[in-house]
Amino acid sequence: MQSLFNSLDLQFVLGSLIKIAIFWIFIMLVVAYMVYAERRVLAVIQNRLGPNRVGWQGLLQPFADLIKFIFKEDLVPLAVNKALYMMAPVIVLVPAMMVLIVYPFGPEVPLPFGGVLSQLINDLTARVGLNWNVDLRTINLYITNFNVGLLYVFAMTSLGVYGIVIGGWASNSKYSLLGGLRSSAQMISYELAMSLSVVAVLIQIGTLDLNEIARGQGDWFGLRWNIFGGPTLAMLPSALIAFVIYLISAIAETNRVPFDLPEAETELVAGFHTEYSSLKFALFFMAEYVNMTTVSVLATTLFLGGWQGPFVEQFPWLGIVYFLAKVFFFLFLYIWLRGTLPRFRYDQLMNFGWKILLPVALFNIVLASVLGVLFL
Amino acid sequence: MGLETKLGDVLPEVITTRLDALVNWGRKSSIWPATFGLACCAIEMMAMTDARNDVARFGAEVFRASPRQADVMIVAGRVSIKMAPVLRRIYDQMPEPKWVISMGVCASAGGVFNNYAIVQGVDKVVPVDIFVPGCPPRPEGLIWAIMKLQEKIERDKVFKEEQEKVA
Repeated sequence: MQSLFNSLDLQFVLGSLIKIAIFWIFIMLVVAYMVYAERRVLAVIQNRLGPNRVGWQGLLQPFADLIKFIFKEDLVPLAVNKALYMMAPVIVLVPAMMVLIVYPFGPEVPLPFGGVLSQLINDLTARVGLNWNVDLRTINLYITNFNVGLLYVFAMTSLGVYGIVIGGWASNSKYSLLGGLRSSAQMISYELAMSLSVVAVLIQIGTLDLNEIARGQGDWFGLRWNIFGGPTLAMLPSALIAFVIYLISAIAETNRVPFDLPEAETELVAGFHTEYSSLKFALFFMAEYVNMTTVSVLATTLFLGGWQGPFVEQFPWLGIVYFLAKVFFFLFLYIWLRGTLPRFRYDQLMNFGWKILLPVALFNIVLASVLGVLFL
Repeated sequence: MGLETKLGDVLPEVITTRLDALVNWGRKSSIWPATFGLACCAIEMMAMTDARNDVARFGAEVFRASPRQADVMIVAGRVSIKMAPVLRRIYDQMPEPKWVISMGVCASAGGVFNNYAIVQGVDKVVPVDIFVPGCPPRPEGLIWAIMKLQEKIERDKVFKEEQEKVA
């Protein structure tokens, strides 16, 4: 027993649990206020005011919506396949959340009062007869560090498709089924282009570790981002093409305007979640926003230097500011597009994905390889 | 209805009075209407969300196409005898708690369509919470109805039995 409590594993688990709690609460707040921001920004784009009655400037609106959803009737239609129907929202949300553990929010930062805190913990544990040696003077702003972080992200985000298909099928409704099929077809075809576009960046930087990728973009006063070609400016063309492809397919991947065909109200009522009410619908809703955050974080880390920026070397906490600023820029872009663009037709969407985006992404790999061989 | 019915078995009534306030606050602040327009009144219903009137201020701009996700049905326009069963089905598909706003004189009482084809008042088909007069009512009128509905929700009790005792 003594050895169990003394082991480094336990300290690692406890530390990770605390980090997970903090990160989770942070992401849930981001998701909640993303919905609010979407309603306010859309309103501004359309020359309206948007929600401003609940709390100061409507800031409590997400919580009002959540309370309403929790206390609404949890309706299970008679004809559904119950087990699958219940499972689908969970299958969508859980993988979306699991990606959270590899986000590199910032560099290694000094914790304020970290020395005192670790001293305190060590003393307290010593008093109950344990021999802990906690060091909190600096902490890493990620939960865990994979050397295949990027593959992990792609693996997890593609699991979400199953939830959507299962939800569409288990609902036993024609709208849900069609919405689920559309969504899966769309996500699979755009995921291809998305993963292929990333290869160009991988050729530049030569690692799948998200923290390494972020760390490798620190030259030029913290502005040597992968979108500018990373290690050499000669890679600029392939990096730019990769960025554009990634951006387009990321929007399609998360089923957002102008690629929100799975939920097209004019054709499919509400798509795969037509039969879902109350909290189950809220879970689908949340998963969509968590996925948006994930692809934004990935775009930031892969192309825009992650937490890198001027003076990060001197003030490590600045990294988190740069990181969040870039992520919120991408999230704002989502809302902006929604306020600006109409919806694609379904055949246009598939043609665009398979006949334009995919060949360009494939060509870009060749281009990046040639440039890499010549200049790296 | 939702979670609160199960809470009621476990928790004493003292706690539920505060629960009432919280739940009603959530419900009244996020009234999502079903996308359901029947006639010319629907145009005014759409105008309710535009830049001039902006019902989004009250958090009620989210028109849900699926009745499963809607809280209030705005019966916007005349209801023909053929439409009545459809309307009733959409109402039945909405999860509790749900409310109905009867918009305009045709939905409320038949209006100028005093004939065999039109239901003389939608309250013959579904229970109506708020009647809005007008032909058609201006968007302001409909926003007034939403605000009245908010007042009504505020007086609501989470447990229906309790409510009957009070009334």
